[in-house]
Amino acid sequence: MNRLHHGLAPLVLVAAILAVWEITVRVLATPDYLLPAPSAVVIALIDNAPILFASAATTLGMALSALIIASLVALALALAVALSPWLESAVRPLAVVLQVTPIVAIAPLVNIWAGLDHPQRAVIGLAALVAFFPIFSGAITGLKAIDPDLERLFKLYGATRLQTLRRLRLPSALPFLLEGHKVAAGLAVIGAVVAEFVSGSGGSQGLAWRLLEAANRLQTAKMFAALLLLGLMGAAAHALFQALETWALRRWRGR
Amino acid sequence: MPLAALNAVEVDYPGRGRALGPFSLTLEPGEIVALVGPSGCGKSTALRLLAGLEQPTSGRVERAAGRGETSVVFQAATLMPWAGALDNVALPLELAGSNRQAARAKAEGALARVRLKGARDAKPAQLSGGMAMRVSLARALVTEPRLLLLDEPFAALDEITRRALAQDIHVLWAESRPAIVFVTHNVEEAVFMAGRVLVMTPGPGRLAYEARIDAPLPRPEHIRASARFREQVEQVSAALQQAMAA
Repeated sequence: MNRLHHGLAPLVLVAAILAVWEITVRVLATPDYLLPAPSAVVIALIDNAPILFASAATTLGMALSALIIASLVALALALAVALSPWLESAVRPLAVVLQVTPIVAIAPLVNIWAGLDHPQRAVIGLAALVAFFPIFSGAITGLKAIDPDLERLFKLYGATRLQTLRRLRLPSALPFLLEGHKVAAGLAVIGAVVAEFVSGSGGSQGLAWRLLEAANRLQTAKMFAALLLLGLMGAAAHALFQALETWALRRWRGR
Repeated sequence: MPLAALNAVEVDYPGRGRALGPFSLTLEPGEIVALVGPSGCGKSTALRLLAGLEQPTSGRVERAAGRGETSVVFQAATLMPWAGALDNVALPLELAGSNRQAARAKAEGALARVRLKGARDAKPAQLSGGMAMRVSLARALVTEPRLLLLDEPFAALDEITRRALAQDIHVLWAESRPAIVFVTHNVEEAVFMAGRVLVMTPGPGRLAYEARIDAPLPRPEHIRASARFREQVEQVSAALQQAMAA
């Protein structure tokens, strides 16, 4: 009963907000371009369903590609750095500088490199850049987070560097890798949207483009519909990775 | 011919000064030696020297250098949390390059020796503290070491588990007779387990007192109640108190 209550709590809150919103808009007769009623948003969503869902799929596809690229590059780099302390000292400051540089500031450059007729590549590149850091720093932290006694044991039994990496450091890093990917998945979606805004072209017709387009035409209800899809997409990605993390950790620990 | 020896070794840690020494210890094959002393007296440092995990600042360490000749059991079970008991025990063999099949077969035998055959697939989180220590022991024994080093193996265990583990170690010792050096705070456990008990002074650790415990090994549990045993426990305790006061 208690769990049911807690599960229903957010639904109740959302329903209450929607109800107040709907009533207020109707009573005050707010113009649609300023604040459409929830019912108007639903109608806009249904009317524009094909184009909005297609755009959502485009954004999701770009975010996913970015996540995969970020994951591969971050893991490869983290492994290289883990094997060579010298390389780590070399890479760290560069990684930090790149991390603190706002993605918006890099976007025009990436646009040029990707080619103005390939805005999708620019979006994927920028989103990958954002998703890279949580995976990279998670992997670095994880590869170092080893039980010092286990490390001594590997040394005692004459383990090679590669054996230590494969049989000790990588498995030790798993929880950190999962956490890094979970954070990165959310950031990849955000990164894809921001990058699409910045690359400012209709060539990559993701949800961000639909938002801009609707805003320019004062189709506020359609904007809300696109936002709703975006929110649902982010929440679904987070839930998926959360479930994956829980499942994998249970297997890892055996309970 | 001694199995291993520390000859007037000294260990200095940068910023912390001298941790150990000068300290000497000669180990005969098959003997059981207990190092007793207050925290920070360098007992564990002495053990790491014998394991080859650390080098002395001065003095000489003689030890059998072959892979698997020396095994260590740490205070915590130190198992890989993601691997089952059998895989944990097979690890030293696999690291030494033996194939997975052979390593696992030997590991099964080692698990059986510590009476944990049924727990072969259990992950460390599913084992009790005592069981995890026995898996750790099985892993140490799987290479058939000539020298077994135990770093406070009883510290994290309750009284009953501790006594059971002490018995287990004796039984396992009787099967293959490795030399054992173990570090402990627990005087009674030291006197029960060892043929020689060395009491060390607090930092830097030096030898303060040596007791020979002559009761034959392995020892029955009821020996703990005997007058001779109690007397030796008292003697070692008194020496320990003196060492700490000095």
